[in-house]
Amino acid sequence: MPEATTPAIEPPLAHHFVSMRQQTEAARLGMWLFLVSEVLLFTGLFTAYAVYRFLYPTVFEEASRKGVELWAGTTNTFVLITSSLTVALGYHFAKEGRGKLAAALLAVSLALGFVFLGIKAIEYTNHFHEGQLPGKFYHFAEVQGPGASMFFTLYFIMTGLHGAHVVVGMTVLAIMAVRAWREEFGPVHFAPIELAGLYWHLVDLIWIFLYPLLYLI
Amino acid sequence: MNPSANSVVYNTPNYLDAEGGVRSWLFTRDHKRIGVMYLVLTTSAFALGGLFAMLIRIELLTPGPTIMSAMTYNRMFTLHGVVMIFLFMVPAIPGIFGNFFLPLMLGAQDVAFPRLNLLSVYLYLVGATIAVWGMIQGGADTGWTFYAPYSTTTTTKVVPILLGAFVIGFSSIVTGINFIVTTHTMRGPGLTWDRMPLFVWSIYATSIIQVLATPVLGMVLLLVAIEHSFGFGIFDPARGGDPILLQHLFWFYSHPAVYIMVLPAMAVISEVVCAFARKNMFGYKAVAYSSLGIAFVGFFTWGHHLFTSGQSAFDAGIFGVLSMFVGIFTAIKVFNWTATLYKGAIKFTAPFAYVCGFLFFLVFGGMTGVALATVSLDVHWQDTYFVVAHFHFIMVGGTIMAFLAGIHYWWPKMFGRMYSEGWALVAACTIIFGFNATFIPQFLLGNMGMPRRYYSYPAQFWPLNVASTAGASLLGFGFLLVLVYLLLSLKYGRVAGANPWGSRGFEWNTPSPPSALNFPVPPVFTHGPHDYQDRGPGEEPSPTPPPEAQHA
Ligand code: HEM
Ligand SMILES: [Cu+2]
Repeated sequence: MPEATTPAIEPPLAHHFVSMRQQTEAARLGMWLFLVSEVLLFTGLFTAYAVYRFLYPTVFEEASRKGVELWAGTTNTFVLITSSLTVALGYHFAKEGRGKLAAALLAVSLALGFVFLGIKAIEYTNHFHEGQLPGKFYHFAEVQGPGASMFFTLYFIMTGLHGAHVVVGMTVLAIMAVRAWREEFGPVHFAPIELAGLYWHLVDLIWIFLYPLLYLI
Repeated sequence: MNPSANSVVYNTPNYLDAEGGVRSWLFTRDHKRIGVMYLVLTTSAFALGGLFAMLIRIELLTPGPTIMSAMTYNRMFTLHGVVMIFLFMVPAIPGIFGNFFLPLMLGAQDVAFPRLNLLSVYLYLVGATIAVWGMIQGGADTGWTFYAPYSTTTTTKVVPILLGAFVIGFSSIVTGINFIVTTHTMRGPGLTWDRMPLFVWSIYATSIIQVLATPVLGMVLLLVAIEHSFGFGIFDPARGGDPILLQHLFWFYSHPAVYIMVLPAMAVISEVVCAFARKNMFGYKAVAYSSLGIAFVGFFTWGHHLFTSGQSAFDAGIFGVLSMFVGIFTAIKVFNWTATLYKGAIKFTAPFAYVCGFLFFLVFGGMTGVALATVSLDVHWQDTYFVVAHFHFIMVGGTIMAFLAGIHYWWPKMFGRMYSEGWALVAACTIIFGFNATFIPQFLLGNMGMPRRYYSYPAQFWPLNVASTAGASLLGFGFLLVLVYLLLSLKYGRVAGANPWGSRGFEWNTPSPPSALNFPVPPVFTHGPHDYQDRGPGEEPSPTPPPEAQHA
């Protein structure tokens, strides 16, 4: 995030920092704080989930069993974890100065991001056809009763917000791939790709919480 | 701060003259200019909120309808609350003084992320514009708390107001991240944590709350907006939703948010107290750590807003007790400030007058807070004017007094000019007196049972309401006075010089106004802040006034 768009091979030291080390440390701390605030953004939703699951335990269980496709969630979990691995490898090679290889690995991550969104789109289409929709649009006959639509309200808001993060993360990865291809990173200058990687891992991590809550339990 | 600074010649222009033209302001990355932009924007918001407040008070001048319908009244108090809280109280002190002085106090050239800093101004501006657009479209009538199910079903324009506040939340998060990182990584050589000015400590604590609590509020506002627009049923009991959940999530932010509003005020007061008592802060560490204590405890007290909303008696008891802990940390600060004043060589200036107002109002407002946290009492006072008076005592009596103390204390540093001291004291007296006249009657009214948020009331409440409206007019007049002589001082004021108060705060070791490049050479810190201890003969009398700026 911070200073992520500076286009130069040798990192320019911004005028207000005294050393490269200080600049990198600041960028890193800033990113971690940003990630914390992202986690807290989702915390509100996790709280809502916990409360409603506590209020409607059986309906939630039923909705999760009949309403969502386990194969889709499981596949997507593997897709995202793999993409995190390729991002980590890309970062590793970028740091070693092997920009082309790093770019290729980031491109793979990007492709996996598209796979994730594709599967999500198939799922969403199914939900539309089955009437598994939030609030007043809900008309799924198999699960009825108080709280039934709430599961899908939360499902859509949580996966929707996560999906938006995936899109943002993919944009950042694409920019990093281009910059790695242009050999902009090396042993001295790798902060932007490191921060981009952190962001992608966070997107992944949030999914790792969403998966059990929505598909497994 | 460092002897070497005195021999440095400032041959760079000051930050105001460095570059000319509108563009140089719109695209500035200079933390000082960004501070000035916040000053202009937040005080404009304050004027707007004040206008709504005056309309509310005029409506309440007589028991029946006075100048507006019940519906308009509902909109007025909602807009007043939204503007004052989200557009003024939360961003003002960190945005203005935090931006301007945090880097100067740390000996840094800027905040860690100057571009994000500019982004925060624009996020604020975009959020404010969306909110104001919503107001022009008809405004909202839900109260600033947006409780469901009313907020999700009302036909007024809540969505733009919610989205405006949502966007401003991100401005607040960005500022918070920036200040935390700046404090951690940009401190000048020798500036250890226990030498940091108390202003920095308090702003740091505020930033932590901003980063941790604001995202939750953002989510809540978004959920209410979604619910209002699409009927997803999150807070709708008919679809299994729980409106109380909204209250919990809302206050999880909004209680800590009251410390987002009051900790920066405490930050300012610590600086001003030392400067005008000409003494070191009594119990520096206690004051520093109590800021963190308030920030921490503030996260576990939100339930005191739900005593009558259907929370279990057990929860209510726990939240009541936890709330009182905040009183302990606040009291630590108050004791330390007064102990600092004790036997100090006090200079009674306008900033100091506001400190006196602040101390009185904070203690009084805080004690009524503790009283409200007592569950059995709160059941009677909930949703009456007693609560209104409580939080105005702290927010207006505390935060705005501190804001005024800060603006009077730092004005010469920010703009290089002195304002008229005589008029400043007149205005301070007007404001402090007007404040008491406005809000003391409200405590009495609340205790007599006058509910909040109604546009008419039974005739027996009339005299006290007249007193309150009269006080509010005086208050408004006082604010106008401040605005006038401060603006006049920009043109006609006496040139202030680097350190007109003889303060030993680090920020005064720069020319007034500071140079565009904060420090030609990074300063070295050799002693703690607020260092008024007399030194032995031969030791460097620190700090000696730095050289005058070399600009025209
Ligand atoms: C000594 C510490 C404090 C305690 C124990 C305390 C306690 C309380 C309690 C129990 C209430 C709920 C009253 C009710 O709704 O019936 C309350 C309301 C409120 N307090 Fe405080 N308070 C303290 C300090 C503050 C501070 C520092 C601020 C602001 C800067 C503040 C702002 C507010 C606001 C805005 C409300 C009411 C919001 C609303 O319902 O619209 N309080 N306080
Ligand atoms: Cu509270």
